[in-house]
Amino acid sequence: MTSQLPVTGGNKGVAERALGVLGEHVIDAAEAVGELTLLVQRDSAAVVLQILRDTPDLAFDQLLDIAGVDWPERTERFEVNYHLLSMRHNRRIRVKLTTDEETPVPSVTPLYPNAGWLEREVWDCYGVLFEGNPDLRRILTDYGFEGHPFRKDFPLTGHVELRYSEDAGRVVYEPVKLAQDFRRFDFLSPWEGNWKLPGDEKADGEGGAA
Amino acid sequence: MTQVVEGRIVDPTMVSADTKIQNYMINFGPQHPAAHGVLRLVMELDGELIERCDPHIGLLHRGTEKLCEYKTYLQALPYMDRLDYCSPMSMEHSYVLAIEKLLGVEVPRRAQIIRTLWAELMRISNHIMNVGAHVMDVGGLTPILWLFAEREEIYRFSERVSGARMHAAYFRPGGVHQDMPAGLADDIRAWAAKFPKLLDEVQALAGDNRIFKQRNVDIGVITAKEAIAWGFTGPCLRGSGIAWDLRKSQPYEIYGELEFEVPIGRNGDCYDRWMVRLEEMRQSLKLVEQCLNRLAHCEGEPIATLDRKVAPPSRGEMKRSMEALIHHFKLYTEGFKVPPGEVYVATESPKGEFGIYLVADGTNKPYRCHVRATGMSHLQAMDFLCKGHMLADAPAVLGSLDIVFGEVDR
Repeated sequence: MTSQLPVTGGNKGVAERALGVLGEHVIDAAEAVGELTLLVQRDSAAVVLQILRDTPDLAFDQLLDIAGVDWPERTERFEVNYHLLSMRHNRRIRVKLTTDEETPVPSVTPLYPNAGWLEREVWDCYGVLFEGNPDLRRILTDYGFEGHPFRKDFPLTGHVELRYSEDAGRVVYEPVKLAQDFRRFDFLSPWEGNWKLPGDEKADGEGGAA
Repeated sequence: MTQVVEGRIVDPTMVSADTKIQNYMINFGPQHPAAHGVLRLVMELDGELIERCDPHIGLLHRGTEKLCEYKTYLQALPYMDRLDYCSPMSMEHSYVLAIEKLLGVEVPRRAQIIRTLWAELMRISNHIMNVGAHVMDVGGLTPILWLFAEREEIYRFSERVSGARMHAAYFRPGGVHQDMPAGLADDIRAWAAKFPKLLDEVQALAGDNRIFKQRNVDIGVITAKEAIAWGFTGPCLRGSGIAWDLRKSQPYEIYGELEFEVPIGRNGDCYDRWMVRLEEMRQSLKLVEQCLNRLAHCEGEPIATLDRKVAPPSRGEMKRSMEALIHHFKLYTEGFKVPPGEVYVATESPKGEFGIYLVADGTNKPYRCHVRATGMSHLQAMDFLCKGHMLADAPAVLGSLDIVFGEVDR
């Protein structure tokens, strides 16, 4: 039986080749579930993408997506993932870098014109700064929105809600009022896998008999 | 134009050198019938020529990606239907494939065929919408009325297979929700046999129409190189002459064994994009027929993986087996856990490459589910495509890009 998953050209030799041309810009190259990820230095983002695009036997000429991820417990909490496609060689690659709230990431708009909106989206949702983006406005959220909603410490319900006010004759913003508390059920079962039972310190071997 | 004022001939279109001419700014939308949803275009006009065009999106932003992080993998699935609501099952497709890739689950052949079949029916339904609406945007009301009758047929099929006309939630991790009901395959086959006649009529009425051509040929031209740089995919990329189709180049499900052709345009203008979509519907009908033929050979085979940690058991099984009942209960409360990792899976949705970037942390909820929206890259090129065109060309360009705001705004 054939797999249902997309079949790409394969990543044979791509990691070695990329490491060869990128040199010290790359911190780590890893392949998992058939996908190649390059972890690169933050300041070399534009350089790396340019080399990946312009080296003929790599030719990652299409930037499809920029995705932010938030890991609040890390010192550099944000990940920025660039998904590139090479039509010539039928390959995909992910370029990853990390940053925090203040340190800007070099913009890749001069390389890929469609990076403009993609970077705006990451800025809007996560508050990652892109240095060199000529138009770093909010894009998905409302005019005058405050905060960066996709951060893990931003509540799902938000901070404000809006309604039409008869008195004011316009739409007004008010602090969000929930009729009942926001509930988040923890369905994770302790019975399967390596889950630690709350209060079961003995299982660690610290409490004596283990 | 000239008039006589105090004995002098005055031409009102002439202005003296010291008169300051200001460009005119207009708001196109957010409530505009040709904006295909809630799009606000801030345009700077020099007379009737578009100097600058700044699309403001996000008016339909619902925070889908954030909501997904608070739901189990299965509960987050119906949000996908609400992205591109013109081709809901195609949106589910990338999402379930991403989960399956992380889980390492194999989908049975019958489920793969059913998924392919519905992906193609969604493509037809989506293109019906766009081909019709595009003609309507430039002034022809007839094709959309004809085509919508057929779109209704596809929605009826969708209702029969999933219980819902639009928001199907039919593709599930591990397979599909239910098998196709008896007789549906025959009805789809009968419909597919008569549909091409309508496509010919639409082609004759609109495609060969002098006015339609005047409004679309050489409007919104984008070359192959520019299309790649702007992140174009799908029919918009193929309209510029690049034969890139994920169904061919990175085949998923059973596309590898099916026969179909990838239509491409030559000039990369609005007319070519429209014609590519029209031809894609014919190709999709060929695919639908091939899928139906293959379905007939695997009647009664499973439509979802037999791994009970991923796909639920059947109702009948639950009545007899305690084990099945427990599996069902656990799946619909706790859900399944996905091993830690990250994947980017893209499929050829009707609008282009629709990708899901999924980060799992080993729990039953996605840590991050990013949607690579096809329309976002296309809409971003509006400024590039419209510059120097007349105001009346903007709806034609917009129509040819096939924008749906559920997907762009997420």
